[in-house]
Amino acid sequence: MNRFAQSWHSAALSLAVGAVLLFALPGLLDEYTLLQVTIYAVMSILAVSLAFIWGFGGILCFGQAAFFGLGAYTYALAVMNLGDSTLPFLMAIALPALFAALLGYVIFYGRLSDVYMGVITLTVTLILFNLVNSTAGPEWRIGDAPLGGFNGIPGIPTLNVPGRPDELLSPGALFTLTGVCLLVVYGLLRWLIASKIGRVIVAAKENEQRVLLLGYDARAYKLFCFTVGGAIAGLAGCLFANWGAFTSPTVFGLAQSAQIIIWVIVGGLGTLVGPVVGCVLIQWLTTHIGTQQTFNANLVLGAILLGFVLMVPRGLLPSLGDLVDAGLRRWRQRSPRAAAATPATAEETAA
Amino acid sequence: MSVVPLIETRDLNVHFGGVHATRDVNFTLAEAELRCVIGPNGAGKSTFFKLLTGQTRPSSGQILFRGQDISRMRPHDPGRLGIGIKTQMPSLFNGLTVYENVWLSARRVNTAQQARRITREVLERVGMWTHKDDLAGVLSHGLRQWVEIGVVIAADPPLILLDEPAAGMSDGEVARTAELILEINRRHALVVVEHDMAFIRMIAKKVTVLHQGAIVREDTPDRVLSDPLVQQIYLGKKPH
Repeated sequence: MNRFAQSWHSAALSLAVGAVLLFALPGLLDEYTLLQVTIYAVMSILAVSLAFIWGFGGILCFGQAAFFGLGAYTYALAVMNLGDSTLPFLMAIALPALFAALLGYVIFYGRLSDVYMGVITLTVTLILFNLVNSTAGPEWRIGDAPLGGFNGIPGIPTLNVPGRPDELLSPGALFTLTGVCLLVVYGLLRWLIASKIGRVIVAAKENEQRVLLLGYDARAYKLFCFTVGGAIAGLAGCLFANWGAFTSPTVFGLAQSAQIIIWVIVGGLGTLVGPVVGCVLIQWLTTHIGTQQTFNANLVLGAILLGFVLMVPRGLLPSLGDLVDAGLRRWRQRSPRAAAATPATAEETAA
Repeated sequence: MSVVPLIETRDLNVHFGGVHATRDVNFTLAEAELRCVIGPNGAGKSTFFKLLTGQTRPSSGQILFRGQDISRMRPHDPGRLGIGIKTQMPSLFNGLTVYENVWLSARRVNTAQQARRITREVLERVGMWTHKDDLAGVLSHGLRQWVEIGVVIAADPPLILLDEPAAGMSDGEVARTAELILEINRRHALVVVEHDMAFIRMIAKKVTVLHQGAIVREDTPDRVLSDPLVQQIYLGKKPH
């Protein structure tokens, strides 16, 4: 990652652009397009959750969809029983986080290698998919809410003003809430990454043995990172259930898990904004391909993934950053006045 | 009244399958002592360091740190107790800057403000302040050695283990490293594994010789290096 990407300037710039879009888009877009943008923002939160644990914690989780699905189902079942959405919203974050903590404890404290980590997370997701898929009968219910099996759960009450179950959020308000959630998650993660905990997490990704020799319990830091990722994915799942007032077992599916990985690879591993860009681009492309019959969307997605892995392995944003850095260096070398105005420091020269 | 040693091993043994890598090692180091450990390749020097830092568990025997048995502790406990190590192959966080590498070490035992101050002091002490913003991965071998020494001393551990600190360095860099080690020894006890005899003569007061996992001699550098057995096993000379 280049220095600008790590600096507070980049965080402030990203938050400022996000805030401008948050305020401007509801006035510029019609309701249908705003709904589309809302789902992009929901999925962006999911992309950020994997971007954090994989890009900064080095934990390649093939089952991020498990936490996403748990968030969606927890919210749906809780709100259908409780009425008011305040507690279900919090439960949809806490339960996936708890599940991630338990799963992570087995993985990290069991000292399982990366390969087994991938196998376990993928298997857990598929188990959840099959489990929920086979709960179609009327006997499968939690309180007043039927699980619905492969039919899913329709008619999920959307979020309401806290304490007032009758005052449901409008599509515009849901967009604002989703946007705020995305910005808050981004801001908190940037703060976390810059903190002692975040630096240890990144260091453990680089060299776990060295982290242990310094006296840090690397397993605990990885577990924390994984749990935070689970909580964020759960939040995305909750917002997803709100967006369509519907959830089904496909949220646990293999396609869902694979898509998140593609977003991160396309946008750029090791950044938080990159996967958001990757997610929005891929979502937009999938939607547009879906409206015509010429190409199969999955075929195009597969081709994009292959193209990026082979030709832009670092992803969009880091590659763009490299291009800008190279351009600036060339400009400084060619223009003596610019070089005098912004002299390279001793450290930069040494690097 | 007997003084409790800083580190003490009692009848330490390690078996890797059929290989007896460490044999009945009884090693004692006092507070603020500097000891050099020499021995040919495969003598068990690195295994000995791995035992002291919890990376390898002994098959039998005890390791006592200030009287406390640490031989069955978790991998991160020795670092937490105050045993710092610079490994044979420089082992830094390549994707982090020089500053962040040292800061991470200082920050574990200090507040954020203290860690910043200590990081600056340490980087100036090892002559790496001008490289503070460089990624550790782009540094030359010699500079990486110094950063790693900086990482170790930033946590201010009572015991520092240095595995071949002068390896791959020029003569000038070796002399500077020797000065640095003697300066560190004013406050910290050190165990230094090294092959370079000239370097050992610059820093050592007492040398321990390991051979086939066992301690065979422990004496001053002059006596050890003129010992016929040491010459035979370490320098390849036959005793007269």
